[in-house]
Amino acid sequence: MNEKIIYLDYNATTPIHPEVKKTIVENFDIFGNPSSLHTPGRIAMEKINEARASVAKLINADPEEIIFTAGASESNNTVLKYVVCSPQSGCNETCIACAGKDEIITSAIEHPSIISTMDFIKQQGGKPVVLGVKSNGKIDLDVFKKSITHKTALISIMMANNEIGVIENIKKITEIAKKHGVLMHTDAVAAAGRIKIDVKELGVDYLSLSGHKIYAPKGIGILYVKKGSPYCAFIHGGHQEAGRRAGTLNNLGIVAMGKAAELALREMGAESPRLKLLRDKLRDGIVKSIPDVSINGDQEDILPNTLNISFMGAEGETILLYLDMEGIAVSTGSACSSDSLEPSHVLLALGLTPELAHGSIRFSLGRENTESDIDYVLQKLPPIIAKIRKMSTAYNRSKK
Amino acid sequence: MSGNWLYSEKVKEHFMNPRNVLDDEDKYESDGRGEVGSMACGDQMLVVLKIKDNIVTDCKWKTYGCASAIASTSMMSEMVVGMTLKEAYRIKPDDIVKKLGGLPEHKVHCSVLGDMALRAAIEDYYRRNGLESEIEIIEAKVICSCKNVTDKDIENFVKTGGKGFEELQKKTSLGTGCGKCIKEAKELLHGYEHLYG
Repeated sequence: MNEKIIYLDYNATTPIHPEVKKTIVENFDIFGNPSSLHTPGRIAMEKINEARASVAKLINADPEEIIFTAGASESNNTVLKYVVCSPQSGCNETCIACAGKDEIITSAIEHPSIISTMDFIKQQGGKPVVLGVKSNGKIDLDVFKKSITHKTALISIMMANNEIGVIENIKKITEIAKKHGVLMHTDAVAAAGRIKIDVKELGVDYLSLSGHKIYAPKGIGILYVKKGSPYCAFIHGGHQEAGRRAGTLNNLGIVAMGKAAELALREMGAESPRLKLLRDKLRDGIVKSIPDVSINGDQEDILPNTLNISFMGAEGETILLYLDMEGIAVSTGSACSSDSLEPSHVLLALGLTPELAHGSIRFSLGRENTESDIDYVLQKLPPIIAKIRKMSTAYNRSKK
Repeated sequence: MSGNWLYSEKVKEHFMNPRNVLDDEDKYESDGRGEVGSMACGDQMLVVLKIKDNIVTDCKWKTYGCASAIASTSMMSEMVVGMTLKEAYRIKPDDIVKKLGGLPEHKVHCSVLGDMALRAAIEDYYRRNGLESEIEIIEAKVICSCKNVTDKDIENFVKTGGKGFEELQKKTSLGTGCGKCIKEAKELLHGYEHLYG
């Protein structure tokens, strides 16, 4: 077996960038509570402020528009649940529920931290409106326009999809939302560090980011809230983050996030085209060497690092595990890889048959991948697919 | 690189080197053939048998399935050769899982496919030879194939004072896989509740 692991699952999580690691180590003894007025507290707060400025710069926001959270799931929950909060729950009187609006528009390909939260909101009396997507994974803007009503409180559409990498036109969607006076949120977790994010250009009210998708550790994320956009705290307690998110600040996570944001901004210009070349090589190599594959999602408006591909007649978890035995780490939309027994909701939303959804593999590239990694995958994958298909009841059979 | 596998060494070994995979389906002259499962659920299994003097002499298979399905059917195909048809018919997923050194709980349902296909192949053999009477009167009918819950289990649940679908589900995990059985299970439960309630 190989000693080296070729990690091609950067959309699931990223390893910590060596420079981020260095920053964490350098700041390891910054223990002061940033809310304290004494010297250790002020030293910590200074570091937090630097990090906040750095994260703000990544998305062209103002530092005071950045709220640190425990991750993008919290950020997403915070925004969505605002819609069903009530004066009784400690909200100010500008909350959306008080304005008599209760519909939230979102898409069928969102992350579970949106989809499951919408189920909760429904139980609380909110009204989710879930938009389907076209077969390339893009939102149909005409359908979207028609879904907005005078009851629409919020629209939440992801900037780029984590499974297929398809990039939605958030600028255009936000323009339409704003014409109707509706608040706009985007989950930009998968987009961060891979494509430009400029909140001023996009015009969104809220935006979620996660640390561990941009080479920072798990457990740190941010929520951008545009100055003047309504907001209601999700976690109550102390007055941290100007009363918008209680809880003693996560010094180490925040400095790491700050460094990761700085690096993302600095490295993206060279890294994204490099990854795109590798991804294209992988895609073209697979299409050339393996018959009966289909590429999932739009290939124009797509993250530079993501490839989602279905192998007819081969089950995804089986492919994943055979690749793992060769030291290659990927993920699959197959049900068998999860507890749910349902294949990927994203691929089903694209209209894939359950068979093709079960037979899907996501390759997501990142900073440690090289051309020789791709060559290695292109060498190992074809015999694996051939082996699985040979024992498959769903490939190349005469009808009996 | 082997890392911490979700699966036991035995599962891994059978997965990497599956035994008795059916090579050429068209050329294999089977005495019994069983195919079960559905693509929608992401798994499908074909088992073919050669049978002589009531004894399984050869067992081959093919699957569209995950590692658990591959490993458990590979294991089953070794276990079953030399068994009488009656013995083979009574193989339970549990027997296979034990021989494999266990499976993660949410993967156990994948291992039921192999023995389901095996039973279908044996029944096919009986039918082909006009021996329908040999097909055992199956005492329990599997309602939830993901979690292997039978009508008997539901009946017993009601008989022992269980009430309502939620409690049944909590106790048996019925319907927590693909969920296709829920409607049938609810009807059955209603029937038994009517009978014993």
